[in-house]
Amino acid sequence: MKLRPYGDTALLVDCESLEEAQGWYAALCDHVPAVLGARTVLLRGVPSDLRTLVARTSPTAPGTSPATQTVEIPVTYDGVDLDEVARLTGLPATGVIEAHTASTWTVAFGGFAPGFCYLVGGDPRLVVPRRDSPRARVPAGSVGLAGEFSGVYPRESPGGWQLIGHTTLAMWDSRRDEPALLVAGMTVRFTVAS
Amino acid sequence: MTLVVEQPGLLSLVQDRGRPNLGDLGVSPSGAFDRTALRQVNVLLGNDLADAAIEVLGGGLLLRAEEATVCAITGGVGPITVDGDPAPYGRALRLQPGQRLAIGPPTSGLRTYLGVLGGLSITAELGSCSSDTLAGLGPAPLKAGDRLDTGPHHPVPDLEDIPPLGRTGELTLDVIVGPRDDWFAADSVRQLLESRWEVGSASDRIGVRLSGPTLERTRSEELPSEPCVRGSIQVTADGQPIVFGPDHPVTGGYPVIAVVVDAHTDRLAQARPGQAVRFRRRPTP
Repeated sequence: MKLRPYGDTALLVDCESLEEAQGWYAALCDHVPAVLGARTVLLRGVPSDLRTLVARTSPTAPGTSPATQTVEIPVTYDGVDLDEVARLTGLPATGVIEAHTASTWTVAFGGFAPGFCYLVGGDPRLVVPRRDSPRARVPAGSVGLAGEFSGVYPRESPGGWQLIGHTTLAMWDSRRDEPALLVAGMTVRFTVAS
Repeated sequence: MTLVVEQPGLLSLVQDRGRPNLGDLGVSPSGAFDRTALRQVNVLLGNDLADAAIEVLGGGLLLRAEEATVCAITGGVGPITVDGDPAPYGRALRLQPGQRLAIGPPTSGLRTYLGVLGGLSITAELGSCSSDTLAGLGPAPLKAGDRLDTGPHHPVPDLEDIPPLGRTGELTLDVIVGPRDDWFAADSVRQLLESRWEVGSASDRIGVRLSGPTLERTRSEELPSEPCVRGSIQVTADGQPIVFGPDHPVTGGYPVIAVVVDAHTDRLAQARPGQAVRFRRRPTP
């Protein structure tokens, strides 16, 4: 773990793995505002105070996660980048769809936007880079790939992920008791929408 | 007390102090881009500092008062009229029933803040009345015919006028280098600090896009997504920086070369397309 500067109101805890970052997040999130990334934890506060806090803290050991709920997300695989993903992976488009639906995805962490979650545990053949320049507008419900992750855009927003399809499920609704459809730890299966 | 929107202008949004510290739910801070202007308008009216005001991008807002009320205008500086007669910036203005208040396009700055006595009476979402343009939280942008109710009246304090902003010409923003400066060529960090950057027209509350020399990365792999703040300077794969605004994504996948100090991020709210920006290095705290 390494501490990195992050302006005058934050500090970045830079870890080797998601598991290590989760351990630091668990140990620190009750003390200061904290946000979890894929390998990092961003702490908010006075940087020198945060450095002192981290020096006095040990990361929480990885615990046994409680039984997880599985959410099924039906997808129409008509994304504008499906052919590009096929080219990047060397799979035919049908192979990309098969690999995406056959994977058991896990919600790693939230972020980017309300209801947006980074899903891990996908078929390693689906690892593709982000687009060189983000799109100014990605439609709500777009299903994308970037790096080791898959995710669903909860609303229209800018975005740099490779888009392979779309779903009509609402990922976020402030009027629901639980506004976010997905929370960390859940299992996700994508299916081909009928 | 009610104001009726007759013309909403380009983009007029309700903003208060936003939704700080909800990043772990994927919720951005949002809130007024120019927090100083919001604070000033609430002080002028004797409002609670948490009261919401209207953030008017590029002018064009026309409101009609249905009842007598008091309002004030801060932030970007442009023509202000009441029933066609010039009205002062930075001072409490009384509106009589039926009078129309018009906020014209700013000649200095970009975002004008209109506060009303008693604040705006709007249902909060996740603790704030702010419109988050990325997340879609809070009220929709104002449109013609909207009726804006205000909170109860209270005495208006007798204060000096707030002087207009003088934010034309080059803008200098202090930055703290990192966290991912080591993903860039040493020369690129120098270029960030020594170049003149131009504000792009695609800038918005999510991020202010800058154009200038290409910042070359020395590491080509994907950056695992990491949390961002208002002021993060993210460099996309085309080598151009974006400085995140209040509606920034909570996490991002492009490396952040430096972060604008928090107090200077408000200046970006008033940066006009084509305006020049320079960064000045501040030591790491």
